[in-house]
Amino acid sequence: MSLYNFKKIAVVPTAKDFIDIILSKTQRKTPTVVHKHYKISRIRGFYMRKVKFTQQNFHDRLSRIIQEFPKLDDVHPFYADLMNVLYDKDHYKLGLGQLNTARHLIDTVAKDYVRLLKYGDSLYRCKQLKRAALGRMATIMKRQAANLTYLEQVRQHLARLPSIDPYTRTIIICGFPNVGKSSFINKITRADVEVQPYAFTTKSLYVGHTDYKYLRWQVIDTPGILDHPLEERNVIEMQAVTALAHLRAAILYFIDPSEQCGHSIEEQISLFESIKPLFSNKPLIVVLNKMDVVKPEDLAPGKKQLIEQLMTTCSKGNLVNADPNSDLSVVPVMRMSTITEEGVQEVKIEACERLLGHRVTEKMRTKKVDGILNRLHVATPAPRDSRPRPPVIPPSVALKKQRAADKLARKRKLERDIELEEGDDYVLDLQKNYSEIPEEERHDPIPEFWEGHNIADYIDPDIFDKLAELEKEEELRVEGGMYAVPKIELDETMKEIRELARQIRNKKAILKDESRLVKQSTKPVMPRTSRARAKDRSTTKLRDEMEKLGVDMSETKEAHFTRSRSRSRSMSAPAAKRARADERGRSVSRPARDTTGVGNALMQQKAKKMAHVAIAKKTKRMGLKGEADRFIGTKMPKHLFSGKRGTGKTDRR
Amino acid sequence: MRIETCYFCSSRIYPGHGIQFVRNDCKIFRFCRSKCHAAFKKKKNPRKTKWTKAYRKTAGKDLAIDPSFEFEKRRNAPVKYSRELWTKTIEAMKKVEEIRQRRSNNHIMQRLRKGREVEWQRDVREVQRDISLIKSPAAGLKQRQLEEETEMDIEPETIEVVDAKGRKKIIEAPVMVPATGEMIEDGGDIDL
Repeated sequence: MSLYNFKKIAVVPTAKDFIDIILSKTQRKTPTVVHKHYKISRIRGFYMRKVKFTQQNFHDRLSRIIQEFPKLDDVHPFYADLMNVLYDKDHYKLGLGQLNTARHLIDTVAKDYVRLLKYGDSLYRCKQLKRAALGRMATIMKRQAANLTYLEQVRQHLARLPSIDPYTRTIIICGFPNVGKSSFINKITRADVEVQPYAFTTKSLYVGHTDYKYLRWQVIDTPGILDHPLEERNVIEMQAVTALAHLRAAILYFIDPSEQCGHSIEEQISLFESIKPLFSNKPLIVVLNKMDVVKPEDLAPGKKQLIEQLMTTCSKGNLVNADPNSDLSVVPVMRMSTITEEGVQEVKIEACERLLGHRVTEKMRTKKVDGILNRLHVATPAPRDSRPRPPVIPPSVALKKQRAADKLARKRKLERDIELEEGDDYVLDLQKNYSEIPEEERHDPIPEFWEGHNIADYIDPDIFDKLAELEKEEELRVEGGMYAVPKIELDETMKEIRELARQIRNKKAILKDESRLVKQSTKPVMPRTSRARAKDRSTTKLRDEMEKLGVDMSETKEAHFTRSRSRSRSMSAPAAKRARADERGRSVSRPARDTTGVGNALMQQKAKKMAHVAIAKKTKRMGLKGEADRFIGTKMPKHLFSGKRGTGKTDRR
Repeated sequence: MRIETCYFCSSRIYPGHGIQFVRNDCKIFRFCRSKCHAAFKKKKNPRKTKWTKAYRKTAGKDLAIDPSFEFEKRRNAPVKYSRELWTKTIEAMKKVEEIRQRRSNNHIMQRLRKGREVEWQRDVREVQRDISLIKSPAAGLKQRQLEEETEMDIEPETIEVVDAKGRKKIIEAPVMVPATGEMIEDGGDIDL
């Protein structure tokens, strides 16, 4: 927003840092190794590059510094003057100028040495030339040490300066030290200026912003000024003077009639008189502060007279050498107290108003105004005759307006009124406004549920017709005997069958259970001979069961099933083989197949040969695989083709 | 306030009970208890889950289509309150509910009656097939054989008749056949 922002100036390094930065950059950004086989031209290029690179970096860095620092001739005179006061114009200009010369010197050094390097005939000489060049550049920079530190300090101070816009609407507060300038700025803006009960608490300019008439106003708090010649003023006072001299602003001159500030009224008035020239052509207000301590009326007669004298001079007008016609000629004297805040806003408003008026008149004087004024035209027609011509209002609109007015007149009794009337007994009742429901029904509690049904789901004007229809249908159904329970009668045979079926089912259930018991065991089955199962397969049991089933078992004493097998060995089992006494008790393997059935060894050989021949003949004739053929037992042996192959080979595991 | 129905089991959800899920297309799923909610989350189909009302209706266990169901409905048409309409409606509700109850009960009873017939058929089949479990086919066999034998052994009863001339004459008496009713008692050949 602001035109002057000195916060963005880059840091100025000290001379030592400066050299370090540049040289390390050269080291980092240029090739560093020279190999044996490099030609001399390449070596020259290698070192020339280093020199040029260093020079370029110095140049860039210095140019940047020179460019970034504000030029005193280019900035607003206020800033120029302020910087002169704060940093001494000559010193500042000299510093920047010397940096500029240093830059040139470095350039020339580099140029010279590059030229010399062209004639370097060995690696050693080239290297020495480079060293010399860099050394000279560093020396030049070293000489700028004082300059650089000065500029760094200036930069830091500049960055902390308040950003004052010299062109905007500004109010400047001035006066003796300790008359309440800073308290005032704290009251009207958000600035937080330190306020202390001693002189020169404020040592520099402070800026705050305030709003009036939707506009931004810049309020500048200046350090106190003492009454002595300009030459004797110190830096702190001079800041205030520069602000007063260069900024086109409304000026508030603070006077402390209570003399708590340590300066008498005479002194304050004489200062006012002496810095008067600074107020020329600016809206000025004299403010009598600290009204809570003492009022001008209560002062001692001598002092009172002084104040009155001041007031008359102010109101006379020729206080400032301004145009006597303008409103600037009259200077108001206002009263204020920053502690009780009495008159603070009035002072602010008055200052703003006067400045605004002044700025407008100033603008009016410039050439641009004509262009705008030409475009403006306000017509004020003269009446043609004496006939009245009131605005036309259609009758419908008039009626509407009338009705609206009537409605306003008829005031309804509000719920709020009722509440006030009844006090604590009041209960908000909105149901009484249900105008479409008969009066006595309005407060009915509406039933919602009936036996788990929503009553709302049944609400329907047609429901009664539908219900009548349903009831009729239901009646027909009842008459038709739909709900009559048919009587079931079972005849004798059926009863018997049912009884039998019941018995069968019982029997089945028993059998099922029994078989389950038998099957239940999941343990390994023992051989039947050793198992005590004889009991569940006895003749008596069989007899019992059969009798239960109705079979006559009376004459079965000698029946076939009564002859059960004995527990002894079976009669039909063959006798165990017995080893013959004359043989050795040793196992003998069976003779080989090719030796059985063959008489002697000779015959055996012959038979073998014949078999060979026969097989060979057959394989040859039919193209079969013979004994001598390559044999692959398994094409893909599983153990070689499956599983992980983390370690080991695929062909052997 | 309303009594809602459970999305899954169609039971009633009284105010303050259950949980509801609003899908991102604004459809609201209300569940009467965590059982229904869990079933929904498992993507169970209420029509295929045996314990829901929806299942009972689709499977024909409960009465599904009847004009008496047409009374309770969300109509979404605002009706102004009038005491008469409300009291009459509550009376009507009672009647409707009675009829509906009767019809659905009747539906179930009719369904169950059919079961009785099936039961009888099953009994008959059981007896036809497995009578041997309680009565052996051989039961009474000996008796019969004995009877047959005795029948064979019975000498035709002879009656000595002396005629008028004083000559003796022997005539055969008519043979008594044993009653066949006993066969049924044996259970051997019940005709069913």
